[in-house]
Amino acid sequence: MGQFIQQLINGLTLGAVYGLIALGYTMVYGIIGMINFAHGDIYMVSAIISVTALTLMSALGISAVPLVLALVLIIAIAFTSVYGWAVERTAYRPLRNASRLAPLISAIGMSIFLQNMVQVTQGARVKPVPTLMPGGIELFTHAGFSVHLAYTQIMICVVTVVLMVAFTGLITRTSFGRQQRACEQDRTMASLLGIDVDKTISYTFMLGAALAAVAGVMVTVYYGVVDFSIGFVAGIKAFTAAVLGGVGSLPGAMLGGVLIGLIESYWSAYLSPEYKDVATFVILILVLMFRPSGLLGRPEVEKV
Amino acid sequence: MSAHAVQQSSGMLLADRLKDAVRIGVVALLLGIPMLGLTTADQGAGLQVLTRWPLLAQFVGVVFFGRLSLQWLVSHFHLRKLQRQRVAAKTAVAQERPWLKWLGALALAIAVGLPIAFSGNRYVIDTATTVLIYVMLGWGLNVVVGLAGLLDLGYVAFYAVGAYSYGLLSTLFGWGFWETLPVAGGMAALFGVLLGWPTLRLRGDYLAIVTLGFGEIIRIILVNWTDFSGGPNGINSIPRPGFFGLEFKPPGDTPTFASFFHLEYSANHRVVFLYYLILMLALLTNVFVSRLRRLPVGMAWEAVREDELACKALGINVTGVKLSAYAIGAMLGGFAGVFFAARQGFISPESFVFSESATILAIVVLGGRGSQLGVVFAALLLVVLPELGRDFSDYRMLLFGAAMVLIMVWRPGGLVARREPTIQIETPAVQGATT
Repeated sequence: MGQFIQQLINGLTLGAVYGLIALGYTMVYGIIGMINFAHGDIYMVSAIISVTALTLMSALGISAVPLVLALVLIIAIAFTSVYGWAVERTAYRPLRNASRLAPLISAIGMSIFLQNMVQVTQGARVKPVPTLMPGGIELFTHAGFSVHLAYTQIMICVVTVVLMVAFTGLITRTSFGRQQRACEQDRTMASLLGIDVDKTISYTFMLGAALAAVAGVMVTVYYGVVDFSIGFVAGIKAFTAAVLGGVGSLPGAMLGGVLIGLIESYWSAYLSPEYKDVATFVILILVLMFRPSGLLGRPEVEKV
Repeated sequence: MSAHAVQQSSGMLLADRLKDAVRIGVVALLLGIPMLGLTTADQGAGLQVLTRWPLLAQFVGVVFFGRLSLQWLVSHFHLRKLQRQRVAAKTAVAQERPWLKWLGALALAIAVGLPIAFSGNRYVIDTATTVLIYVMLGWGLNVVVGLAGLLDLGYVAFYAVGAYSYGLLSTLFGWGFWETLPVAGGMAALFGVLLGWPTLRLRGDYLAIVTLGFGEIIRIILVNWTDFSGGPNGINSIPRPGFFGLEFKPPGDTPTFASFFHLEYSANHRVVFLYYLILMLALLTNVFVSRLRRLPVGMAWEAVREDELACKALGINVTGVKLSAYAIGAMLGGFAGVFFAARQGFISPESFVFSESATILAIVVLGGRGSQLGVVFAALLLVVLPELGRDFSDYRMLLFGAAMVLIMVWRPGGLVARREPTIQIETPAVQGATT
């Protein structure tokens, strides 16, 4: 019982992070219909930036936790969005009207590039950061197993929920959100109606990168270790989450993220931690086989 | 457009170009600050922030002036190109390229003659063998990616299936190289069908992710299922193939290669033999694939690549066509895997990671999807370049990723594109320039 609740907490925390990354995949897929393969690496870039920012804060002697967290978030979001913009501008925009494989291959190239760029410039070694928010609440003890809720976990869940609310508001209520959804439905028509499609796509990438940046900061604070290779697996899992929830559906991405997080932590706890990545991939294959439109997605109609 | 107008427009462009270069420079600065300008390193007492402002300044400078000159070059040559196009537009029919055939023959001659020219140089022959393994893998993947247009990011899984088939069958049951070759190829093809059957109905980019997942699953199983695969330690002392039953070893009781042909024993014999073995396998692959291309199934592959919906409408069994491409590609990968295990004598999951899949894919993409000769050049480039400069090897994958992006952006067809349109239609841009 205690184990079960503990894994529920861990799974939700992990799922929130996957969900934040998955939102970026789903938005980009919705608007230009391609998998942004480099998105996982954008998240990794953000984690590296937040390590630098955290170290800088402690060097400058800023120690108030909320202030540090806010500053690190702002720094990570600002720089990571520029990365998102640059990736779209160099690797995807020139291929907007190319065949389907071309942007995917350039996305893989971009992912390899980002990973190795970080390895070369920041070093290949694991970067540890001191715990920012130590401690937590002991919820209850059941049969000798104490269930623990860390402050970091609370912080991650709260930040994710707040972001989700703000983000939903942005997409459904603002003029940018309307433009974004219009481009998603029909790019040509949107441009005929005076929407700057290129700009909207750029903003979408920046927004996706900003969400991935938040995920990167959260993971850095939560686990305390980061290296250049974390983007690959996290990206695949977040993509699985996006597919599970239904690609193109924003609540679906969050739901898928939480489900993947829960499956992963229960699988590690009760079955085998070695095969937890296999579990994710098997789910991905099963979902694509039996419900390709995902849990909350609309079935896709192929057009000539 | 008159010469005067050209003059004026390029004069006006200068300010714009400067503005543009400044913008790009600012972006470069923002990108560079967290990666080049700042870094963290552990110097005894936890992480410390280090600054590298000169490096950042150099980077921004290079980007700024690079952009400026690139813009100038592009606009300069663009006008030239338009002029040329205006002259040539009406008769722009793509030429047959006979020189490609000659280049292929030349490459083959060099490949055959290489061990004779470098008979004493083991290093050269070893590197050439590696190149040929990649050529064979590239040709195998070319069936899937180049001909059938299916993006496979887990190709290395089939390579692993082949390698482990040989490793296990030979060490556990004492099977020989030639007996295992068809079995391992069949195993790899079987895995291809098992994976392809449920997933090939998926759209291209979904398929890519599923194949990537499949490759990772195979690798994770190989790492963790220690009883079966030896885990991270892999399989040791895999027997090497012999020449029609004659082994390559110092003279002993049984006839060996050296004693049978009355040669003095030399360790190089095996290296040369392995080289010719992979050369033969690769050439067989090439002939096999080229023949298949002319059969109905090969044409169906290309047809499905060009327009899947149209094929469906014409009554082609699209899933079956894709599956056949997938199985044949997997089989060829399996063959290459058998050779790899036989040559190394040792295999471990380390050799079958995602970056290997990416390398093979890059070879196909750089070479030009569908082009057999392009694959050879790309494999040569990607294997030999890092060998030439060891300092360069840190940046190998970095340049590799960048090259993948740049080649896709500039030449989406690859270096030796086989998919050029046969007749070009006058583009609106040309018309705009003439009026």
